[in-house]
Amino acid sequence: MENAIFDEMWGRDGALREAYSDFNGWFEQEDPGRLRKKQAEAERLFRLTGITFNVYGRAEAAERLIPFDIIPRIISGREWSRLARGIEQRVRAINAFLHDIYHRQEIVRAGRLPAEMISRNEAFLPQMIGVSPPGGVYTHIVGIDLVRTGPDEFFVLEDNARTPSGVSYMLENRETMLHMFPELFSQNRVQAVQNYPRQLRRSLSACAPASASDKPTVAVLTPGIYNSAYYEHSFLADKMGVELVEGHDLRVIDGRVAMRTTRGYKTIDVLYRRVDDDFLDPLNFRPDSALGIPGIMDVYRAGGITIANAPGTGIADDKAIYSYMPDIVEFYTGEKALLKNVPTWRCNEPDSLAYVLDNLTELVVKEVHGSGGYGMLIGPTASKREVNEFRKKLIANPGNYIAQPTLSLSTVPIFTKAGLAPRHVDLRPFVLVSPQGVDITPGGLTRVALKKGSLVVNSSQGGGTKDTWVLED
Amino acid sequence: MLGKTAGGLFWMFRYLERSENTARLIEAGQRIALTRSGSVDDEWTSVLQSAGAYAGYVETHGSEVTRDGAIDWMLRDKDNPSSVLNMAEAARNNGKTVRTALTREAWESVNENWMTLKEALKRKVPERDLPDVLTLIRQRSAFVRGAMHGTMLRNDIYDFARIGTFIERADNTARILDVKYYVLLPSVVSVGSSLDNVQWQTILRSVSAEGGFHMTFGQDPRPREIAQFLILDRRMPRSLAFCVDKIRSNLGYLADDYGVRLRCHSMCDQLADHTMSRDIDEIIEMGLHEFITDFLKSLSALGGQTEIDYRFYN
Repeated sequence: MENAIFDEMWGRDGALREAYSDFNGWFEQEDPGRLRKKQAEAERLFRLTGITFNVYGRAEAAERLIPFDIIPRIISGREWSRLARGIEQRVRAINAFLHDIYHRQEIVRAGRLPAEMISRNEAFLPQMIGVSPPGGVYTHIVGIDLVRTGPDEFFVLEDNARTPSGVSYMLENRETMLHMFPELFSQNRVQAVQNYPRQLRRSLSACAPASASDKPTVAVLTPGIYNSAYYEHSFLADKMGVELVEGHDLRVIDGRVAMRTTRGYKTIDVLYRRVDDDFLDPLNFRPDSALGIPGIMDVYRAGGITIANAPGTGIADDKAIYSYMPDIVEFYTGEKALLKNVPTWRCNEPDSLAYVLDNLTELVVKEVHGSGGYGMLIGPTASKREVNEFRKKLIANPGNYIAQPTLSLSTVPIFTKAGLAPRHVDLRPFVLVSPQGVDITPGGLTRVALKKGSLVVNSSQGGGTKDTWVLED
Repeated sequence: MLGKTAGGLFWMFRYLERSENTARLIEAGQRIALTRSGSVDDEWTSVLQSAGAYAGYVETHGSEVTRDGAIDWMLRDKDNPSSVLNMAEAARNNGKTVRTALTREAWESVNENWMTLKEALKRKVPERDLPDVLTLIRQRSAFVRGAMHGTMLRNDIYDFARIGTFIERADNTARILDVKYYVLLPSVVSVGSSLDNVQWQTILRSVSAEGGFHMTFGQDPRPREIAQFLILDRRMPRSLAFCVDKIRSNLGYLADDYGVRLRCHSMCDQLADHTMSRDIDEIIEMGLHEFITDFLKSLSALGGQTEIDYRFYN
């Protein structure tokens, strides 16, 4: 019997797919009792390491673990090479787009993108007009969210061009699997992800400003220990062997940004910031920000420091811009986009709005600037009341929304008390950009909706994660 | 190394040391309470004083000190910034802030310390569980120390951690002496009552020094020897002299490493040379209480100067 939903292990017809054959052989020999113990052990390891995240708006249970599922998601080498080509093309286009938007805006002149998409966009940063970041790189670190609906059907759900997070989970998930099931990795030839921190440091160093020495000083900027992604910030700084700084450790001295050390102030060349644009510089953006460094934007514009990612990259991952991505890719690369977009209705266009209002129960409607699965409507599973309330919000401010068809996302089995059970997944591969090239770590973060039938994979909404394997050919 | 990181390490290890010392003080207090007849609430007052927790206790509970009230305040009260539970959490938060300066093992030991104590101190500790809980607190501290000792590079990171540890420890031993100095004065010696004996044992017990003392001086504690042991004996890891030596060497390593001597170094030399070079009779002669008060003042000034010299805050 053909199933409407594609399972990455069992396909549509229940026949084991090749990438999973070795794994399945192992799994069938395993004692479920031992696996349950391993599942519990994984949770203990995560707690001990401190890989927790903070849920905003909840004082109680402030620190939670993202549930980890021990069944890996497996991608064949062939599937991966195809994806990687598409990702690289998209990321190059995003960088070219950002350069253009903050310089001559050729794409607007060519009539391929309406001018108001830029001029009326909150994510557009006028302070960046005419600024050319060192090495010409805007998005040093990108996360591309992909979903799958069939053996060869991948779609980009979202581009993350500001400060994509989750890479520490990719790395720790692999560490945990290596620790718990070493035998799996001698049977399967899984491509390594562990080089990511070293490549990140190399990639960031390669983007240092001309004023830096040949051994640039790199630092990671965090909002502090109460930030939901703090673990990741400290993890990356630790693995790269660089300092983890907060705004109050930094100061502008003689036109450079410097950090306060036990021996005095030391100049920083590259700042991997995990602080949003708005909070980066109280003199140039939000004056009430205590997280930033007064004057850093002036140093940046004068070429005294590299900020990664560059300020103003949000214009490229805005959900309204998203719908133009196929055009953007074509405009800058001269090629058709290799990765498909999910068809998107822009609710600011009257025809689209009418269609969306007529088909609300079939569609997914998202806020243009929303993230984390908040403020969205999933038509098919929403109650009548939720749909009606959303309808009002949509009519009141159509420009704030886009709508997409509900895709039947692929599933991968998770390990439950009753054995394997299919759950919906997405995939976020991590991409590094430097003048030396584009580097994509084979794998990425697989997020999985743990509730049966649920399509929401966000950790803030009860999603979990899996180790993601890319097999060698 | 960031100034903030140096400060984070310094305080993280002060917090850990403090929570361990508080557990020891409670243990000694409980011991004296169990072995003495009559009212023992005075004893809990002096335990609170030694733990530096008396003023806060009075403010929240009133001046009447009870055993249960005192123990709960020192172990787990959210309003007592120096309670064992708050210290474990503060140490772990500092550990997060300085995570990049710690080895994975050192970090995990601090994290596990917090996870374990949070569970053990979730509710009021019944008297019958108290010994186990106090043992747990000391054991967890020992794990952190072990992970630190066994895995950390001996560099400036280690130095700041050690300086924090020994400033806190010296402070603690000095406060015990400050609260109990009157039982160590010569005028009391003549009495030699069993009551004094219990007091002397308590002092030794609260710095885990009973065995060491007996090994060195025999079975019968005498106040002059106790004072000598706790203040000047360089073999005794909780004595003032021992702690000052350690602070001095670790500050010295920093000076060598950075190639610069700062004000805190001369302050530490002064503390070591002028204070610790006296013999015990001289100290008792000039006044034990005055000596301890001076020491606490100099120690606190040294801590403050170290914070400034190494730019912990600005």
